[in-house]
Amino acid sequence: MIRPSRFALVLLFASAGLGACRRKPEVAPVPPAPPPVNQDSIDAAARARDAAAAAARARQDSINAANARSAEEERMRREAEAAARAEAMRAITAPIYFEYDQADITPESRAVLDAKLPLLTANAGLRIRISGHTDARGSDEYNVALGQRRAAAAKRYLAGRGIADSRIDIVSFGEERPVAAGTDDGSYSQNRRGEFEVTAGGDNIVIPR
Amino acid sequence: MMPRLLTILVVGAFVAGYRVEAQDTTSRGVRIGLSYQPGMKPGVMVLPASWLNGDSVRAIIQRDLDYGDRVTVIPSADSGAALGRTPLNYPLFGRLGAAALVQLAPTASGIRATVHDVAKGRVLEQAEFRLPLVLATPEWRLAVHGVSDEIERWITGVRGIASTRILYVRDKQIRIVDSDGASDRTLAGGAAACFFTCASPAWHPGGRAVAYSVMTESGTRLAVRDLETNAVRWASSTPYSIAITPAFSRDGSVLAYAYGTENGTDIHTVPGLTAGQPRRVTIGRGSENINPSFSPDGRKIAFVSGRLGHPEVYITDADGTNVELLTQANVGEQAYRTSPDWSPDGRSIAYHAQIGGVFQIFTIGLRERVPRQLTSDASNEDPWWAPDSRHIVFTSTRSGVPQLVIMDVESGRVRQLSRGGGSRLGSWSPYLGTTPPTE
Repeated sequence: MIRPSRFALVLLFASAGLGACRRKPEVAPVPPAPPPVNQDSIDAAARARDAAAAAARARQDSINAANARSAEEERMRREAEAAARAEAMRAITAPIYFEYDQADITPESRAVLDAKLPLLTANAGLRIRISGHTDARGSDEYNVALGQRRAAAAKRYLAGRGIADSRIDIVSFGEERPVAAGTDDGSYSQNRRGEFEVTAGGDNIVIPR
Repeated sequence: MMPRLLTILVVGAFVAGYRVEAQDTTSRGVRIGLSYQPGMKPGVMVLPASWLNGDSVRAIIQRDLDYGDRVTVIPSADSGAALGRTPLNYPLFGRLGAAALVQLAPTASGIRATVHDVAKGRVLEQAEFRLPLVLATPEWRLAVHGVSDEIERWITGVRGIASTRILYVRDKQIRIVDSDGASDRTLAGGAAACFFTCASPAWHPGGRAVAYSVMTESGTRLAVRDLETNAVRWASSTPYSIAITPAFSRDGSVLAYAYGTENGTDIHTVPGLTAGQPRRVTIGRGSENINPSFSPDGRKIAFVSGRLGHPEVYITDADGTNVELLTQANVGEQAYRTSPDWSPDGRSIAYHAQIGGVFQIFTIGLRERVPRQLTSDASNEDPWWAPDSRHIVFTSTRSGVPQLVIMDVESGRVRQLSRGGGSRLGSWSPYLGTTPPTE
C-alpha cells in the first residue's frame, strides 16, 4: 500500500502557496504512480533485510573479535611492560650484602650492582637512595658510621661506572632497622646490607632493550 | 647561718678503730682483675627522722650513702625514740659499728643535717639545706640528693654523686633518670623531637644542655637541647651525612662529634653552645673515627678509629696532631675496642672490647697503659664515668635484656639503674646539686 508521501504533500501545498503569489503559476508535478502490490517482492524484500542484518551482525562480530584481539594484545603488552617494569624495579632495588665489619663490595654484590647500571643509564631522571645497614653486633654508634661507609662504597661503585653523583643519596641506619630479628649468623648476614630505593623518576622508566 | 647544737656534749670516748668487712652486695659479683682493699669504709647510721616526710628524706639519704660505696650504712630497727634521744649515747653507736651519725631535722625552708663523729663524741659538721616546697618532685629529690652528697663529703672528704642524673636511650627516645633510679622519664618534648631514632646523649658540663644525634630518613643530625627551655638547635644537619657521638669539653667551650659523608667519618669540633664553623680533627682517610672524649684539660681527645681495619681506641691532641694507638689486641681477643670515655680525674679511659663474641668493659690507665677488665657477666657496652671517677654506668644484658647498670670500679659492686628493657647508651651528668649550704 502506498500513500502520498508527506514530503510530496508539503511540496504540493508549498508550490500552491508560492504559485498564488506568482503571476504564472507552474503546474504542480504529478506524484509517481505507486508500484503494483506484489507478494513476491515483499518476500524478497524481507529476505534482503534478513541478509543485510546477518551481514551486519557478521561484520559487527568480526569487529568485536578484532577489538577483543587488540584488547588482549594490549593487555598482554601492558602485562609484559608491567613485568619488565617490575623486573627493572627489582633490579634497581635489589639489596647487596656485606661481610662482618666490612664495607667491601663482594663479587656477588658487584653482579647485583652491575644489573642496576643499564636502567640507571637509560633513565637519566632516576634518582636513588642507598641505605647502609649493619647487624646488631658491635657498638650501636660504630655501626652508624659503618652503615654510612657501606652505603658510600655502593655509591662509589655506581658512580665509578658513569652514574652521576648527584643522582645517588646515601644514608645510614646502622643497626636500627634489621630485616631479620634473629641473633643467629643467618639473620646477621641478612641485616648486613645495602638497600636501594627509587626516590624520583620511577613512574615512567624506560626499559632498555 | 646556724649555731651549732650545744646540747650535744662529749659523752665519752670509745673505740676509734672499727672494721667493716667489704660486702659484695651483688649476687653477680664482677671482680675480675680488681684490687679491692676491704675494710676501709666507715659505718654510718642515719638516725630516725620521725617528722612528716622525714622518713622519705631519711630513706633517700640512706640509699644515697649506700650507693655512694664509700661508707657502710648501718640499718637501725629502732623506731627512733631511744636512738635519737639526746644526749646521744655515742658508745652505744660505736658498739653498733657506727663511726658517724647523721641527724636530720626539719626547718622552715628545708632540713638541717648534722653529722656526729662517734669516736670523738662530738658534732663533726652541720648545715641547713633549702628544699623545694613541693615534695617528691624531681627537683625536690635532687635537692635531697644534694644533702646526701654534702653529708658524704663531711664523712669521707669526697663529695657524693647522688645529685646527678643519667641520660640514656630507650624506644628511640632520650630519657633521663636520677642516679638512684627514681624520676625516670622521657625528656620533655622528647616524643616530638625524637620522632626518628635519637641516640648518644651527652651532657654539657653546665648540666643545662644535652647534645644527641637524631637519625632521620635523610641522614643523622646533631641536636643541642636546652634542658630548661627545651629549645633545640642543630649543631650539624647536612643532608645525607651523619653527625653522631657528641661530647663536650670539660669547660663546655667545645663540642666534638663524628661527622661522616661519602668520604669517611672524622672527628670534628664546633663551639660548645653557639653556632660556628666545624673544624676537622682526625684524618681518617675514609675510615670510621667516632666517639670523641676530651681529657679534663681539653687538650687531648680519645676516640675510636677503624683505620687499621678494626675499631681501636686512639688518643690525639685536640688539634689533630700526635695520634697514638691506646689499645691493642691481646692474644685471644678479637680486635674490636670502642666507646672510650675519659675519666673526669684524667687518669684512665673506660671502653668496651669484644671477647668471645660478647663485649666487656675495660679501663686502661693513661700512665701504665695496662687494660683492666671490669665485667665478665653477659655482654656489657658503652661505659660512661660518673663525676667521681669511681662509678661507671654501662649497658648490660646480664638480666636478659639490655639494661643500664652502675658499677663501683673499686669494689666491683653493681646495681641495675634502669627498669625498662632495651635501655642503652647511658651518659652520666656532672654534679647537678643546687647551691651548697651556706654557713
